[in-house]
Amino acid sequence: MAYRTPVKRAVGLGSAKDGVHHWWMQRVTAIALVPLVLWFTFSMAVYAGADFETVRAWIATPMVAVLLIALIVTALFHAQLGLQVVLEDYVQPHGLQLACVIAVKFLAVLLILVGVLSVLRIALGGQT
Amino acid sequence: MQTDNRPLSPHLQVYRPQLTSVLSICHRAAGVLLAGGSLLLIYWLAAVASGPEAYATAQAVLGSLPARLLLFGWTLALFYHLGNGIRHLFWDAGKGFELRTAYASGYAVIASAVVLTLLVWILATTVGGA
Repeated sequence: MAYRTPVKRAVGLGSAKDGVHHWWMQRVTAIALVPLVLWFTFSMAVYAGADFETVRAWIATPMVAVLLIALIVTALFHAQLGLQVVLEDYVQPHGLQLACVIAVKFLAVLLILVGVLSVLRIALGGQT
Repeated sequence: MQTDNRPLSPHLQVYRPQLTSVLSICHRAAGVLLAGGSLLLIYWLAAVASGPEAYATAQAVLGSLPARLLLFGWTLALFYHLGNGIRHLFWDAGKGFELRTAYASGYAVIASAVVLTLLVWILATTVGGA
């Protein structure tokens, strides 16, 4: 006989153990991504066929470099949150599910690091 | 707490697809596609950072016909997920749940995704010269 009432599970953190943090971060990153994605797609359209020097100079512009880094970090953080929900919904053995979620999170961090390092290399002029 | 007798989600094989349910699952599918597509963005940036030869290779790979088709689909998925994401944000604020509004916003999201995708690709093939 369990004496805990259902409200005990709901008050505070709930079964997910982190309350609404996941849900909230997904929304906050979504709002940030609206202007970032619109800026990025239309910029990419303009630079789609550009030669190396033009693209390098464009990314090296401080404002562009900052916005690209913001896009990389925000988009991959958002993607990783979304993939986690998909995996939690469809991957059944709990151990496998946990392994997939952790793998996705590790991969997202690696991609963020590669992306940010690439932009910094271009912006700080390590290569010509 | 009894949890075994709750109403289940609509059973896919017997439930007639509606605009609202189809758009809902498309939002998730597009999101997964976009997560995969982020690999392309990171690859392209790494290529630019590596120098002219790597960039030339990336441009050749991404400019090939299969890659263009993939990128076109990716653009559509991106603008769909963007528009439908905004639709979701309104729902989160408790607005737009009336049946008429939900359908109207659904059609608006499809239309905006198609228009924005075509706009980007017209821009890319004319001004961008891709």
